[in-house]
Amino acid sequence: MSKFNKKKSGDLPAISTASLPDIVFMLLFFFMVATVMRQNTLMVKNDLPTANQVEKLDKKDLVMYIYAGEPVERYQGTYGTSAKIQLNDKFADVSEIQDFIYQERASKREEVVPFLTTALKVDGDSKMGLISDIKQELRTANALKINYVTKKGDAVENNN
Amino acid sequence: MAKRAAPEVNAGSMADIAFLLLIFFLVTTTIETDSGISRKLPPEQEENQPPPPVIKERNLFTVIVNSNDELLVEDEVMQLKDLRAAAVAFLDNGAEDCSYCQGAKSETSSVNPQKAIISLVNNRGTTYKRYIAVQNELVAAYNELRDREAQSKYGESFVSMEKRYNDPRTSERDKERLKPRVEEIRELYPEKLSEAEPKKN
Repeated sequence: MSKFNKKKSGDLPAISTASLPDIVFMLLFFFMVATVMRQNTLMVKNDLPTANQVEKLDKKDLVMYIYAGEPVERYQGTYGTSAKIQLNDKFADVSEIQDFIYQERASKREEVVPFLTTALKVDGDSKMGLISDIKQELRTANALKINYVTKKGDAVENNN
Repeated sequence: MAKRAAPEVNAGSMADIAFLLLIFFLVTTTIETDSGISRKLPPEQEENQPPPPVIKERNLFTVIVNSNDELLVEDEVMQLKDLRAAAVAFLDNGAEDCSYCQGAKSETSSVNPQKAIISLVNNRGTTYKRYIAVQNELVAAYNELRDREAQSKYGESFVSMEKRYNDPRTSERDKERLKPRVEEIRELYPEKLSEAEPKKN
């Protein structure tokens, strides 16, 4: 009749799994919130230049992205090593930019069209010739608001 | 002798802990946004337009970047690190009608910030990296002067004023108050940055 007998049985009690769903949901929510959907797979090298006088690009739905740079290694066999433009998921020619802009405009609501910004994500080692060709096309398409996307950092120090 | 199972750990509070963590992450994570230098392109030139007005040489600050990424500023070779100071000195010269300018009032530099134009010419072989660095320095020169004026007038830097003005979280009343100030400072040092079409060689 002792109350302080040690229990002798060896079978372990099962660990409660009632909280497992909570943990899973927590992880799920966390990743749902933190993930940025990447719209395009990058097919060009994209080592952005650095600058510190930058403005934020808010309102993601009002931004059109144009990528440019050397094709990544996987595509160099097919497309060579000279800098290329990438629109959406494929390589494009300079002349296709206008069509791309018109398409993007058509896909947006009419009242937001004047606020559309073109973000240029260009590799730091590209030549200005390509960029001025792009800018010329954008001028013709009347897409005048542009933004040179950069990393934050000191421009002078990273340029010597 | 009755066998007793080990008491189960109470898991009732687990959900609370999970929610606590969830809310913590919800509040602290910021989704990464792109940032960069915003520019406005000039609209396409129509044909048979009147010729552009003649600009005096002294009001023009020419920056030329060649295909080897070297800088030629006002016909002199310059290092990138000196560009900002040179641009500030040019914009802030204020030889005539500029009460707030603190420059040297030199006869050969700009008349006043309203007339001063920075002209950037780059070559087709210039690297993008260098172009952005030059742009960055020129924008920095404008911001430096605007910050100085905003600081002395309103005790707040222009950059932070503009940031607050563009922030959707700022209340309408604050925006109303900020608008004339931002515009006034912009007016004092208008950003006149002209870009010529790049040269072939």
